[in-house]
Amino acid sequence: MANPTGRSFLQVAATEEAVAPPLRVVQIEGLVILKIIKHCQEFSPALVTGQLLGLDVGSVLEVTNCFPFPVREEDEEIEAEGANYQLEMMRCLREVNVDNNTVGWYQSTLFGSYQTVELIETFMNYQENIKRCVCIIYDPSRSNQGVLALKALKLSDSFMELYKSNNFTGEKLREKNLSWVDIFEEIPIKVSNSALISAFMTELEPDTPVTQCDYERLQLSTNPYLERNVEFLIECMDDLSMEQQKFQFYYRNLSRQQAQQQAWLQKRRTENMARKAAGEELLPEEDPSNPVFKPLPEPSRLDSFLITNQISNYCNQINGVAGQSLSRLHLMKALHEN
Amino acid sequence: MASSDHTILQFSPSSTGISAKVHPLVIFNICDCFVRRPDQADRIIGTLLGSVLPDGTVDIRNSYAVPHTESQDQVALDSDYHHNMLSSHQKVNPKEVIVGWFSTGFGVTGGSALIHDFFSRETTNPIHLTIDTGFTNGEASVKGFVSVHLSIGDQQVAVQFQEIPLDLRMVEAERIGFDILKTTAVEKLPNDLEGMEASMQRLLALIDDIYKYVDDVVEGRVPQDNKIGRFISDTVASLPKLSPQDFDKLVNDGLEDQLLLLYLASLTRTQLSFAEKLNTAAQIL
Repeated sequence: MANPTGRSFLQVAATEEAVAPPLRVVQIEGLVILKIIKHCQEFSPALVTGQLLGLDVGSVLEVTNCFPFPVREEDEEIEAEGANYQLEMMRCLREVNVDNNTVGWYQSTLFGSYQTVELIETFMNYQENIKRCVCIIYDPSRSNQGVLALKALKLSDSFMELYKSNNFTGEKLREKNLSWVDIFEEIPIKVSNSALISAFMTELEPDTPVTQCDYERLQLSTNPYLERNVEFLIECMDDLSMEQQKFQFYYRNLSRQQAQQQAWLQKRRTENMARKAAGEELLPEEDPSNPVFKPLPEPSRLDSFLITNQISNYCNQINGVAGQSLSRLHLMKALHEN
Repeated sequence: MASSDHTILQFSPSSTGISAKVHPLVIFNICDCFVRRPDQADRIIGTLLGSVLPDGTVDIRNSYAVPHTESQDQVALDSDYHHNMLSSHQKVNPKEVIVGWFSTGFGVTGGSALIHDFFSRETTNPIHLTIDTGFTNGEASVKGFVSVHLSIGDQQVAVQFQEIPLDLRMVEAERIGFDILKTTAVEKLPNDLEGMEASMQRLLALIDDIYKYVDDVVEGRVPQDNKIGRFISDTVASLPKLSPQDFDKLVNDGLEDQLLLLYLASLTRTQLSFAEKLNTAAQIL
């Protein structure tokens, strides 16, 4: 084999591993979208989850199938049964030649309130086994507005590193230059269908001028949805200000402690001066046993980051829906004038 | 299919008047399974799940393929697999029960009666759905059948498959948008405003169509149709009659509400970025 640099295969493999292309696109089959929607819609408003199966091809993650999880219950026996269910389902699907490779999971959400610690933990669990995984989020409440509310998310690498070390102090965050925008990364979604399905759809579904989607988009009453959104937004704002108060409290305590430390040090120094003058042995300038020097625990910033994310998400949703309503109102005005 | 000699043969009474509603997921799933079928297999067979609606319509909501082997006159279905998969599916949604079975191919074939017998033991009066993945007649044909026992006196002589009407309306698929499901590749999902724009354009096209139709009728180019006329007048009448001032007030109130919300949202965002700046400033201290 002509290998100009003379590297061994292993070396090549190792470097290949190191420069695995970043995940750019999630390619979902129409079948998977339908399955996710069916599962989420049927159980709405309860929140449900399921597993995504597919292939990891270069910078594209193909999601070719999925299956739902039964509704979780807080019982160990049932949990074990859930694991069995998962294995059984995978085995069965493999038998009919479905891609037998977990690439992540999907979950439903209400009003886009998915940014939780649980999501991060689930992600970390998946990440342990699968190098490249993705979480698909579907929002049934939003889909009633005529939008396909599907999102593919992953945690950013830098955040995952930080989460592993479980160190969310201000200093660390500044070091990594990580802000709340950098926790989740949204990955663009591509949809693909097999030629057979495309043929069937084209054949079975004549080109109707109006679809359900259009009806829902042109509905004038979006107020309940917006109201709920604003309600959630207000709640989140309250939470955020609670978090901020925590920090203020922390900083106040910190500065008080520093003042105390200074005072103590001052005292010790004058004492030492006196001792020096008297020819006695000097006392050390640090005293770990003194409660004044005990470091105060800094509150984790994770919560406030998540809440911030949540708030900006609500803002985005409000923007989107309000934008739609604006155009709807103008449309109605124009219609009426005609 | 329909036999002409009703005088001798007696149909069992239960099976007439059934219709079925097929959800798009079922068709998608069957097509996907067919694409992934084993090399040597010509067709795939599987179970249909769903429920019977109060009005007697069978609602076919889900499906899964079951491996099978087929020789000239024998069909062997993996019944263990069938039961495993069924219990798995029922863990998720206990309301979905077996309502029938599907196979790909055009219409009913010889082996069908045997499989149908198998499913008759699982549920009463199963539905047999065939999907022609080969486009035999140059069109996509999806057909549903129920079996009817033909008997002379008390003695059963044959099973007849009787076609039943299928409802293939795809409300769920419409929700997603056909633009996404029809083509083989879509680069990007439409966002709020893009979707809105598409809907408006369609509405505009429809209004134009109506204008054109009305103009044509008025000028005598097209024969008038009372039905369409009534539809149009109903639609026009459904616009509430409001005085211009009232209407303006309504619209402006709506606009103001929305603008207020937008303002609130951007205020919140500003607040967020301030909070972040202040936090980092506090860290440096």
